[in-house]
Amino acid sequence: MSITAVTKEGPAAVAPAPTVGSHVRGYWQRVRGGDIGALPAVAGLLVLCTIFSIMRPSFLTAGNFANLFTQGAAVTLIAMGLVFVLLLGEIDLSAGFASGVCAAVLANLITVLGYPWYVAVLAALLTGMVIGTILGFLVAKVGIPSFVVTLAGFLAFQGVVLLLMKEGRNISVREPVVVAIVNRNMPVALGWTLAAIAVAGFAVVQLLRYRSRAARNLINDPFPVVLGRIAALALVLGLAVYVLNLERSLNVLITSLKGVPIVVPIVAVLLVVLTFVLQRTSYGRHIYAVGGNREAARRAGINVDRIRISAFMICSTMAAVGGIVAASRANSVDPNTGGSNVLLYAVGAAVIGGTSLFGGKGRILDAVLGGAVVAVIDNGMGLMGYSSGVKYVVTGVVLLLAASVDALSRRRASATGNR
Amino acid sequence: MSATPLLELRGIDKSFGPVQVLRDVAFAAYPGEVTALVGDNGAGKSTLVKCISGIYPIDAGEFVFDGQPVTISSPRDAASLGIEVVYQDLALCDNLDIVQNMFLGREKRNGLVLDEPTMEQMAAETLAGLSVRTVKSLRQHVSSLSGGQRQTVAIAKAVLWNSKLVILDEPTAALGVAQTAQVLELVRRLADNGLAVVLISHNMNDVFAVSDRIAALYLGQMVAQVKTTEITHAQVVELITAGRSGELGLAVDPGVNGNGAAPADSTTGGVS
Repeated sequence: MSITAVTKEGPAAVAPAPTVGSHVRGYWQRVRGGDIGALPAVAGLLVLCTIFSIMRPSFLTAGNFANLFTQGAAVTLIAMGLVFVLLLGEIDLSAGFASGVCAAVLANLITVLGYPWYVAVLAALLTGMVIGTILGFLVAKVGIPSFVVTLAGFLAFQGVVLLLMKEGRNISVREPVVVAIVNRNMPVALGWTLAAIAVAGFAVVQLLRYRSRAARNLINDPFPVVLGRIAALALVLGLAVYVLNLERSLNVLITSLKGVPIVVPIVAVLLVVLTFVLQRTSYGRHIYAVGGNREAARRAGINVDRIRISAFMICSTMAAVGGIVAASRANSVDPNTGGSNVLLYAVGAAVIGGTSLFGGKGRILDAVLGGAVVAVIDNGMGLMGYSSGVKYVVTGVVLLLAASVDALSRRRASATGNR
Repeated sequence: MSATPLLELRGIDKSFGPVQVLRDVAFAAYPGEVTALVGDNGAGKSTLVKCISGIYPIDAGEFVFDGQPVTISSPRDAASLGIEVVYQDLALCDNLDIVQNMFLGREKRNGLVLDEPTMEQMAAETLAGLSVRTVKSLRQHVSSLSGGQRQTVAIAKAVLWNSKLVILDEPTAALGVAQTAQVLELVRRLADNGLAVVLISHNMNDVFAVSDRIAALYLGQMVAQVKTTEITHAQVVELITAGRSGELGLAVDPGVNGNGAAPADSTTGGVS
């Protein structure tokens, strides 16, 4: 039907224009057909927050809300990079320690060798890029399964961190700019301004898209839905900025502590940029294509090897960003930076958010939503006084739960022919 | 219909190591006509198609395209001439929608950004031009389509680029009766729109339903290329299985057979 709607004869034969009702029904049908997207993450987030708020009122304070962002930032950033690799149906088990290596490079350059912060940050990012290139080359050109390559990387990078740390010393990072990333806040006004710019920018993009599609008689989302999206973003951002701008200091006379942590706009900008790359450029389209059907992508003239190598490069570079943030948060780098649970939290974040382990399905936003879930679990269980043993078990179970949801929804989708 | 072939192959040889797969093959495809390429398994149909589409280099022989001698050494050369192949296993990405699949690898862009409205419009026009009305929405994932719809998308993808020659490798092999009819109708419409169509098929009913000419391969040799109206079902089967049928096909005396050049020349010469 929609085919006839867009022929040159004009809008006479238009299929029934989608209404809000049909839009919601269509969405519900997709969900029932197994295309659940980020629904489990959002639902999980709401449930967890409700439980923790009831059990521990201190969970629902402005101070703890800000903590969630600073605690979850590093894992979320690594997860955002992992989405690229997961979209190809590959895995990067070395991302955690790759972030450790990059953080170690940063700390050595700043504290031991006394370079300015921008040189160190650049060197850390470059280290990530080189690591990703090597991993990608081994996977795409040599043809070793990514699981094995990155498992080897996991072990080797652990060693590299130890070597860079001169056998287990920890190096403190006191450089003000690097420390500020996680530990300083933006002025109240700047937070509001950035939020307003974000909402306005989103509104302009959505409305322009609506207008250009309407002008060409293409099937459009109903206008109220478009407005609803903009309003929802404005509401969420407004609420978050409002809470973050509340006074968090226990004693205002000693120090004032309010404003959006500087790391938040960094995550937000990377979210927008990477989402743009994946959804609006042909490079992103090719990532999805390679993840969906590598042979089809090859026949379509896509350089599959180049796509695969570049995805690993992006992943490790994002791991470097995560490493820098982790170093900033801890004010130091030790041999365990990027170790222990960081990798599993990051993979968990991506998968909980709705990125498929089978490739071809996922968004950058998934990593952020999943990262929020992981941060809430970590933070809330800490407040409840559970030991890290219990935390590990629960996070493992949640990861397994998310992977089961992924596998089951995939099965349901193939049964209903949805995906 | 048209007297001059769009694509003409002469004396194509192709070996894989010691195995000679194509011997002195002559083949022609005419604009506005469906040429069926038939032959038993291992007769060299797929190899011939892969030579035409530039996947395999040929050992000897010449290509004439639109009256000009050309060399096709890569799939890109073939695509730039306007030759598109729809493979048996479709080569569609399940996780992408119809528009995304049709433009895969050749996306329309506005600077850095994908130009989605233009792509969607072009896809809609192409499908409308093929009178395809079986697809509900251009934005549905290919995974939700039936076999016939997928085949339709694959064919539409091939004609999107103002292609002149479309080669279809077993397009109906996995389809039910109704869907086969839909796809054959589409194949016929391609030819009626002026394209040269090459249809590879094992199904004689399909071949006789849509083709204007039939080219039969037998053990790497082109044994006949004749008009569909001038040959019977039984004769085609004989050509496929024995390499000759009455006057058609290989010479009776195996001594004269040589490399099969003589019979192939005489039959194709007689037709064109």
